[in-house]
Amino acid sequence: MATTSPPLAEPEGITLDIEGQRPPFIRRFSDSVVRFAQSSPIGMVAVGVWVLMFIMAVFAPILSPFDPLEADYGAIRAAPTTEHILGTDQLGRDLLSRIIYGARITLIVSITAVFIGDLIGFVWGIASGYLGKRFDLISQRVVDVLMSFPGLILALLLLVVLGAGLVTVIVAISVTRIPSATRVTRSVVLSIKEMSYVEAAKMIGASNIRIMVRHVAPQVVAPILVVATLHLGGAIFAESALSFLGMGIPPPAPSWGNMLGGVLAAAFRPPWWLVIFPGVAITIAIMAANLFGDAFRDFLDPKLRQRID
Amino acid sequence: MSKYLFNRLLIAIPTIFGVTVLIFLAMRVIPGDPLQLIVSESDGIYVLSEEELQALRASLGLDRPYHLQYMDWIAQVISGDMGSSFWNKEPISGMILRRGPISAQIALMAVLLSWLIGVPIGMLSAMWRNTMMDHLSRVGITVFIAVPSYWLGLLIILFTVLVFSWRPPITIIQLWEDPLGNLSMTVLPAMALGLGLSAGTARMARSAALEVLFEDYIRTARSKGLRETLVVWRHVFKNAMLPVVTTTGLALGGLLGGAVSVETAFAVPGLGKLLVQGMTERDWMMIQNLVLLYGLIYVIINLLVDLSYAFLDPRIRYE
Repeated sequence: MATTSPPLAEPEGITLDIEGQRPPFIRRFSDSVVRFAQSSPIGMVAVGVWVLMFIMAVFAPILSPFDPLEADYGAIRAAPTTEHILGTDQLGRDLLSRIIYGARITLIVSITAVFIGDLIGFVWGIASGYLGKRFDLISQRVVDVLMSFPGLILALLLLVVLGAGLVTVIVAISVTRIPSATRVTRSVVLSIKEMSYVEAAKMIGASNIRIMVRHVAPQVVAPILVVATLHLGGAIFAESALSFLGMGIPPPAPSWGNMLGGVLAAAFRPPWWLVIFPGVAITIAIMAANLFGDAFRDFLDPKLRQRID
Repeated sequence: MSKYLFNRLLIAIPTIFGVTVLIFLAMRVIPGDPLQLIVSESDGIYVLSEEELQALRASLGLDRPYHLQYMDWIAQVISGDMGSSFWNKEPISGMILRRGPISAQIALMAVLLSWLIGVPIGMLSAMWRNTMMDHLSRVGITVFIAVPSYWLGLLIILFTVLVFSWRPPITIIQLWEDPLGNLSMTVLPAMALGLGLSAGTARMARSAALEVLFEDYIRTARSKGLRETLVVWRHVFKNAMLPVVTTTGLALGGLLGGAVSVETAFAVPGLGKLLVQGMTERDWMMIQNLVLLYGLIYVIINLLVDLSYAFLDPRIRYE
């Protein structure tokens, strides 16, 4: 370039007070919550249900009328009364207290499992999609293999090997979330890879790691958040089903799933309260997770719908 | 079409290989060996001395190198020998042949049910959008997608026991031996599985039909004076079915997994019940071969679903 560029304006004159224009995080967060509530009242109700579940889990010792593990052999399989509002189980334990404590396991397992599984899928999907070539090819065959098992069967296989328990259930369920998280992330990355700003970053010599972290990853956060919220319901179902089958959370710990295990086998007259109440709790938790997931998806990006279904 | 078929089959081979490796690794390498699982699980109940363990290992071929064990296993499976149960020495292939038809029947009936219920509800809901019927069905869909299938099964049993004092039979009755007895065993589990599935089908049918309803060719069909029933059947229904097939295909994985818990709830003597039983008893040959069977079935189903897209929609091609 032979022509001289016009002298730049005084640097002091054009400094932008970027921090000053941007409201603090709390303000931005609460604004988004208000906008979310306006866009989807049902989604907000679902959030309310989850907040209630959190309160139940955190304040379980205060809220529950009895010790969830204390057997009362004087009141075995007692139908709901004013003392035991939801009745008692086969060891005389108060069902209401067990359901309140059960919220802890449901929340811990579902949130941790989804977080771990989707985080792995997120990182793996970015690496696989961005690096491409042989790494992508091998990664995708591995994902194929993980996808070749029905989720619950894969989780069962892992639990046989690892043994039942809280941590192993979380591991088993998170593994079953990895393939779809990887696939969604990868598909988004494949389209971002072609964007001109990624090309520009490559031109000025940015390293692969830097491009993945600074330019690609931020674009995938929204889709993976949506996937994660939609995974929550599935994770709750998986935990409850595994515990129901006796391979998940071992008794006597109160999990909504293991409370349902074998309830109809032993008794001559089936204790309806033992069947109905834990199942209602599971259904409400899953429904709230699904409704929030749907609303969140439409809120973040109405077009995302096609990419995920 | 034949090239597509070939490519798709080619890609299934490494997948199946990976499936076998994953199962083998999970069963042999991580816990040490399968006997370790049994011994560690039954502390104090079933104690084996070190010599007994060694002898047992040798008799089961577990003292050989991993790659030889792996090849032995694959050779066995290919020759149709699934080994036998660790505890009662019953051959596993016999159990699969006896119980497999029951599980397959329940799964097929569930899919059929989900179509019979889901497709009409989804179509009507789309056509009468924002009416009372539409709102009701959408609420129903939301609820039934969330209800765990095994809990629905428990509710159904509870209902039949309390109202009719009747429990579904738990012995194996094949359809060709006693159709009525067989149905009394399979209809309720199929219902428990199928109702959740029909909610998913209805949801997909509704959104697919809504998309088609606003296509230009529907307006054309109406403006040329075609009867509404013909418009619906010939144009809307036909074009809305592809996504419905897709969701059913994708849902089959969940169905296979869900069937395990539903069979346990109903105590149906199917494959799922056998798997859970094998897992609680640490019957490792049974676990290994049944999980392989589930994996293979799922791979084949996915293959068929992919091929059915290409068949149903000629625009879809595999690169």
